[in-house]
Amino acid sequence: MAAVAEEARTTGLRPATAGRSPWALAWRRLRRNRLALAALGLFVLIVLLSLAAPLYAHDIAHIANPFQPNLNGKTILDGKTVPIMQRGGGILKLGETPIGPTGNLHHYFLGADNTGRDVTSLLLYGGRASLQIGISSAIICCVVATLVALIAGFFGGTTDAILSRIMDVIWAFPVILLAICISTELLTDTQGLRLGPFIIRASSLWVPTYIIAGIYVPYVYRPVRGQVLSVVNKEFVEAAIAQGASNIRLIFSEILPNVVSTVIVLLPLMVATNMLTESALSFLSVGVQPPNVSWGTIINDGQDLLYTRPWVSLAPGIMIVLTVLALNVLGDGVRDALDPRAKLRVD
Amino acid sequence: MRQIAAKVVNLGAGKTLTGLAALTVIAMAAAGCGNSSGPATSPSTSTSSTTTAGHQGGTFTILANSNFGVADPAQNYTLEEWQLLIDTHDGLTTFQKVGGVAGTKIVPDLATSIPTATNGGKTYVFNIRKGIKFSNGQVLKPSDFVTTFERQFTVPGPTSFYSGIVGASKCSTKGCNLSKGVVANDQAYTLTINLTTPDPELMDQLALPFAFVVPASTSLKLTGNNVPPGTGPYMWKSYNPNTEAVLVRNPFFKVWSQQAQPNGYPNEIIEKYGLQVSDEVTAVENGSANEVFDQDAIPSDQLSTLNGQQYAGQVHVNTLTADYYMALNTQRPPFNNLQARQAINYAANRTADVKIYGGPSLAVPACQILPPNFPSYVPYCPYTTGSQTVWSSPNLAKAKALVKASGTAGDTVVVNGTTDQVGKALAEQMVSDLDSIGYKASTQLLSAGTQYPFIQNSANSSKWNVGYSQWFQDYPAQSDFLNVLLGCGTIHKNSDASPNIAAFCDKSINSQITQAEADESSNPSQATSLWTQVDHEMTQQGPWVDLFNPKQIDFLSKNVHGYEWNPQWYILIDQLWLSK
Repeated sequence: MAAVAEEARTTGLRPATAGRSPWALAWRRLRRNRLALAALGLFVLIVLLSLAAPLYAHDIAHIANPFQPNLNGKTILDGKTVPIMQRGGGILKLGETPIGPTGNLHHYFLGADNTGRDVTSLLLYGGRASLQIGISSAIICCVVATLVALIAGFFGGTTDAILSRIMDVIWAFPVILLAICISTELLTDTQGLRLGPFIIRASSLWVPTYIIAGIYVPYVYRPVRGQVLSVVNKEFVEAAIAQGASNIRLIFSEILPNVVSTVIVLLPLMVATNMLTESALSFLSVGVQPPNVSWGTIINDGQDLLYTRPWVSLAPGIMIVLTVLALNVLGDGVRDALDPRAKLRVD
Repeated sequence: MRQIAAKVVNLGAGKTLTGLAALTVIAMAAAGCGNSSGPATSPSTSTSSTTTAGHQGGTFTILANSNFGVADPAQNYTLEEWQLLIDTHDGLTTFQKVGGVAGTKIVPDLATSIPTATNGGKTYVFNIRKGIKFSNGQVLKPSDFVTTFERQFTVPGPTSFYSGIVGASKCSTKGCNLSKGVVANDQAYTLTINLTTPDPELMDQLALPFAFVVPASTSLKLTGNNVPPGTGPYMWKSYNPNTEAVLVRNPFFKVWSQQAQPNGYPNEIIEKYGLQVSDEVTAVENGSANEVFDQDAIPSDQLSTLNGQQYAGQVHVNTLTADYYMALNTQRPPFNNLQARQAINYAANRTADVKIYGGPSLAVPACQILPPNFPSYVPYCPYTTGSQTVWSSPNLAKAKALVKASGTAGDTVVVNGTTDQVGKALAEQMVSDLDSIGYKASTQLLSAGTQYPFIQNSANSSKWNVGYSQWFQDYPAQSDFLNVLLGCGTIHKNSDASPNIAAFCDKSINSQITQAEADESSNPSQATSLWTQVDHEMTQQGPWVDLFNPKQIDFLSKNVHGYEWNPQWYILIDQLWLSK
């Protein structure tokens, strides 16, 4: 309420906005940002398409196992049965080239990859993996970073110094190199990664998820900690302390609600960043492991086909660009909606 | 020899003397071996100095995706540098520098002749040629060889090739004294090599670049990227791993043996690094470079662009004495069970594997250990339908029956492969083949540089069941496959240099290997048939799933002539000449 009154005072808005919560105001601003809404719509569409991967593979393309190599398989092209892998011509007959886009949703719409698999099915399944890793790792990263930032910022002193230096150490490592080191170690451990009662197998999507989440914690930690430091000495916190509030209550009831908007702004941006990192790791073969596919692994598989079958790499590349673009625009929209400095413009 | 990654091989003791005959008559079974399938021209092996002079000149430019690492010839174990070192350095012996079958013949190089062994096969006395100078002007002396061999242990190189020399066992990186094993007489110009036990493959090993002579004044420590002077027609002007290697003419070189070290044609040989292979192909197509380094795998779809008539004279395909295979970990379930090993051999879809490598023009399906073109090679493929000699298709019914009989159905199997396109696709195909007969398989992909030592080291044995690998001959000897890769003596526990990846050891077969090596000098025909028997028995034991024997593409620019393909060194760079 106080925030609304303050907003009315600074912006000169009519009392019509009075009585709305900050979140309602933010949502109202976001709804008015057509670009952000379009980005949201595009992102939702991509998510829905990815979720429909099994539907496409099994019911439209009629592929039992889209991850299995199909080098000796055949398909229909212009009404004729043709091999998926086509031998080179000429005198030497060098090379085996997978079939290109057929334009037929039922038969290799975007063509086949270097092991004869349907690129369209892989693209949709790859989207599931890329989105799952991007979103999950962003959530984990933001939650962990926020908790650490709350502790560091609230307690300050030695606690802050130690936690901040740990974050500095992680920050100082080249991200991709660090991820490659961790991935390689985990991949060769057949026992999998043990997290308490949970065991994560080397081929699990959770391996790249945790790696990416871990390496980006400092990137979220720093701005959130700064926000915590700016809030921790505010009057309402001092008032709560005077009322005898416990540290837990101070952190989660007084400080957290005042920094959460920063985290929310960062979340879509981190999803985008993490998806790019996942693609890079998978492209380097240390991210998503077979039989799973992601957009990064498909690009990697299409490397040797750039001359004759560029769509194998282009299609996932375009999907990455669209998704990251959508998330960045959405992130900007969320920031505009939540950032007080943007109020005048949005309203 | 691995194609890309360096390896260290311990050949182990126990070899017996073999006459050179067996090694020098590696009669290539296929008459076309060594010949290009393209219309390559082949200059006569007795090229006169007149014709040589006529074609001399120009700069021959090779494009390679990556450099060959440390350049010290005592340590480097890559074909990439070896193809250059044979033009800048010489050893006591060498493989005849010509194309085709004759290129496997051992001929004297800096020695005047191939000596006959004395002292029960343990002593060789070489007469060293006089009047030869290093590229720094220093005169070659027999004592230079002492330093050369000692450097093998102090640098160190793959010391196992020369571990049979007297005194070698006490050598280390801290020091080496081979005064009793390599005895030089600079007055008589002789060099005596004393061995602890007879070694039938010594002449081949002396022809490898590790034994290429360097001046006695060369540091016993690694020279890094500075290549010590040699005696060949070229010398190293520079080597920068980030940019290029440059070879220029050795002003002190004169031909002493046309067979061993003929003069080269180009005035300068440059190998440039860092381009993508697809860009290398484009550059050679455009004529801005002369050769795509022959170990750089041309992207499979770009291969199809080379099928055009316009490139017919520029593309050369040759069969390699090499295996691409999946080693089965015989030390742990399920592949410590013979029936399980045979089952996956029956199930492997080698047609698919060949397609992954680029199709039938670039690979031939194989079931047996020994590649074609060895005298002991007799086609044998029990793991297929129909004929027992040529692979036709998987026999899934038989494979499933064997899995059931073995009691291993449902076992989890980890297929360890490499992250490159071919390695990854082969691993995925193997997973598919294993799944099809009832196993629960998954891949474990590592970069090639990590993967090869990983699967060799027994400390990692519990982490994988099937390991992808490839083997290219070090020199043309059957033991380089049958003994080095599957003999009991090449299992080295907890070592990254244990080339018997499957850790396969069959005492009965191993005794036949020992016998075959012993027979090579006394009874070559008996040895040949014994090697055949060993090959077939090993194949029946299924320590590997042999996938295919690869072929190799050389792609040259239009203005390159005189292409020759040597089974040992592959393309002979300095024998190529450029039209003006």
